[in-house]
Amino acid sequence: MAFKHVNKGVRRVDAYEKVTGKAKFGADLEFANMLHAKVLRTEYPHAEIKKIETAAAEGMPGVKGVFTAQDIPNNLFGVIVQDQQVLADKKVLLAGDGVVMAVAETEAQAAAALEKIEVEYKELEGVFDPLESRKEGALKLHPGKDDNQVIHHPLRKGDVEKGFAEADVILEREYTTQFIEHSYLEPEAVVVVPNEENHLVSVYGSIQNPYATRNAVSAVLEVELAEVRVIQNHIGGSFGGKDEVVSAMAARAAVMALKTGRPVKMVNSREESFTESYKRHPYHLTYKIGATKEGKLTAMEIEAVADSGGYACQTPFVTWRSVVQATGPYEVENVKTDTYGYYTNNPYTGAMRGYGSPQVIFAQESLMDELAAELGLEPVELRKRNMYSQGSVTASGQKLERHTVSLNEVMTKAMEAIDYKKKYEEYSGEQPGDKKKGIGLSISFRGCSLGAEAIDAAASVIQINKDGSVAVYSGLAENGQGLKTIFSQIAAEVLGVPMSEVEFKELDTSFTPDSGSTVASRATLIGGNAIKDAAEKLKGRIMDFAADKYDFKVEQLELKDGFLYDGQGNRLATFADLTGEMGNTGILMSAYGWYKSPPISWDEEKGSGNPYFTYVYGCQIAEVEVDTGTGELNVINMAAAHDVGRAINPENVKGQIYGGVMMGLGYGIMEELEVRDGVIQGTNFHDYMIPTIQDMPDIKPVIVENPDPDGPFGAKSIGEPTLELGSAAIANAVAHASGRRIRSLPLNLERVLIGRALHKGGK
Amino acid sequence: MAKLDVEITVNGARHKLEVGSQERLLDTLREQLKMTGTKEGCSVGECGACTVIVDDQAVNSCLVLTAQVDGSEIITVEGLESKSGLHPLQKAFIEKQAIQCGFCTPGMLMSALALLNTNPTPTKEEIKTALEGNLCRCTGYQQIIDAVEMAAEEWGV
Repeated sequence: MAFKHVNKGVRRVDAYEKVTGKAKFGADLEFANMLHAKVLRTEYPHAEIKKIETAAAEGMPGVKGVFTAQDIPNNLFGVIVQDQQVLADKKVLLAGDGVVMAVAETEAQAAAALEKIEVEYKELEGVFDPLESRKEGALKLHPGKDDNQVIHHPLRKGDVEKGFAEADVILEREYTTQFIEHSYLEPEAVVVVPNEENHLVSVYGSIQNPYATRNAVSAVLEVELAEVRVIQNHIGGSFGGKDEVVSAMAARAAVMALKTGRPVKMVNSREESFTESYKRHPYHLTYKIGATKEGKLTAMEIEAVADSGGYACQTPFVTWRSVVQATGPYEVENVKTDTYGYYTNNPYTGAMRGYGSPQVIFAQESLMDELAAELGLEPVELRKRNMYSQGSVTASGQKLERHTVSLNEVMTKAMEAIDYKKKYEEYSGEQPGDKKKGIGLSISFRGCSLGAEAIDAAASVIQINKDGSVAVYSGLAENGQGLKTIFSQIAAEVLGVPMSEVEFKELDTSFTPDSGSTVASRATLIGGNAIKDAAEKLKGRIMDFAADKYDFKVEQLELKDGFLYDGQGNRLATFADLTGEMGNTGILMSAYGWYKSPPISWDEEKGSGNPYFTYVYGCQIAEVEVDTGTGELNVINMAAAHDVGRAINPENVKGQIYGGVMMGLGYGIMEELEVRDGVIQGTNFHDYMIPTIQDMPDIKPVIVENPDPDGPFGAKSIGEPTLELGSAAIANAVAHASGRRIRSLPLNLERVLIGRALHKGGK
Repeated sequence: MAKLDVEITVNGARHKLEVGSQERLLDTLREQLKMTGTKEGCSVGECGACTVIVDDQAVNSCLVLTAQVDGSEIITVEGLESKSGLHPLQKAFIEKQAIQCGFCTPGMLMSALALLNTNPTPTKEEIKTALEGNLCRCTGYQQIIDAVEMAAEEWGV
């Protein structure tokens, strides 16, 4: 198929404002008469609040109000479980819970007021390990709950006892993963304006999910959704991270905006962001795997225990993705998987790019290499003997047949890109000296979009103005990933207009229809289909009108480059004249687009069904050099092959791959948010290291395209798959190079050198 | 807090300002001059989002007091575009898709500009050294390097 705009590396539509400094992010916003607010957060991970003394703070210069949980109409919110406190009421459940907030003429005055507040706590014993939290008799953390379990997802297939009995080799291994900070470069920021244009409150700022934030603000204020308007501004990165934490911030600012009758701005410092934001879930993973001596898997038994921290947040859904993907992309007759989430008094954990997959993939792809070594097979060979192919049946009983199962293709292409076979042979031989090279790979399948978590649908609006300019609105939000550009390309492609005629408009919840959250790598797939739907409706009207006017059949006409053509390539009219005339004739030149995903199913008790309607496949390979004398690990090269269905914008896809590989590298070898007895040790980038430009390996992105029948122009997902594979590939490469198998992330200096972490609590 | 009179030139325009003795250049730019293109990401000089050029040197404006740069010439991201259009670096960042969320972009552009001003034909390693103080969580840096290389080539002509 020949495309004009789709499948082309067109420039980002939001690039100009971003290279000139004109793009307004949350902290850049100013409103007349605006106040500034700050939050006092507790240092205790678990304590009763005995007394709060605010009188001294209220009398401080410039202070317009000091508020506690008593001032919040409805203090509990949450996307899945409503257990998160806007401000801690009777108890603080994690170090970083907000307790009191102050609003003043300036930020400095608000901060000074916090210094004058006295909170009396009664410290309580805490629970800091989900493996302790799950024990019978453990201290119960949430009032009204019988135990500390947030969720349990079982999956049962076949008979694992029988499967292990058939096995020639059985391995049992434990793996652990760490807390990760999203590290979006922009700390959270919102402004709430009261009583603006018939809305009780308008929320502006760096908001990942405007509808989720609207839901939270409306629930907290106990007002109707229609009274709350959320307008998204440029957002300085999110990666799943600017959801609940920003909703809490917006709800607090909204309360203060209504109390004072003035706009209220809240901007987190980096330290505040580290302290209060949710993290990636640490997992404790136990795997038991059985295989015949020919290398055929017979059974897998898996337990994954996630630390949910103080609140449930996204734990029920994060661990659900884990239960679906825990076996990896392998045919296994007999499977028993249990994933759990437990409350602790640690920082709370929520959505982060990958969402429950990076943890299980690290474990299960490490395990595959361990099993291969045990069986005397090459890692690639063991995978080939077990991995999904067209028509395979997954652990949950889903037959993979509606889309192309391209595991072999992505693996082969990644291997070619990095010259795997030659390097594998070379590094498998004796290497003199301390510096040893190794190469390792990992593969995955990943369910696209929400799956059975929730109703999966999205909307769009397209307006064609009388001068032929096209305004595009979506209920999904730009997060920096390039959504505005992708959606503009789809609209331009269908309508046959130049990209310059398409204008993507900012998301405003009072205008664009609720499309759920911009999560789960669903924007291109679900939202792109909604854009295509609206554009096709308008195109249908245009073609009917033109066929009538010029006396052609619809099939003979074509919209291209801003013109209407007949079958012979003659221009009949400009897009602007034609659509302008239609508008003047009284034809509706706006359309709503809607897309609802194909049917999916899930039996929560058995863990069976068709959890996702399509999947993507990926393979990443890491080439490393390990200094066995010092523990220094250098990732030299990485190849990343991902089937995206169709790349709407290949340059953008490459950007996702480069960025995701680097985030996966950070997860794999350097990042670890150290939490000691519930308290984060180090709350800025000098303590918490993320990859810099000097940490880059040479990355070879490989885009694989097998158009999906349900994707817009065949497109699927790319955002999350890019980071879920790296840590296992690197761990396998390190084992290949040094012979040392590391089962805990990250693979930092001490783990590579001596096999364990040096700090307290390190595993 | 004591107030001081300073005179700084920002993107070619002279400003006589009264600043607090502890006022950071970042705050002067963002709050007094309302130039919000320069971003605050960490406030401790680790992320580079607030990078501006002071007398030809790329500096973290969160670590510099405005009183210290009295009499200096400062360039910010707002100063890159001119009447003749976008700067070659800006064009290259657009062309090479070196932007995602855009929050690190102003700082990246400033560090890259400081590099090309002193070294118009940098190697890849020199580009990495010049940008090592600028964190980016979105792009993985590759397309940023590509953009700086492209700008160097185009600019050099």
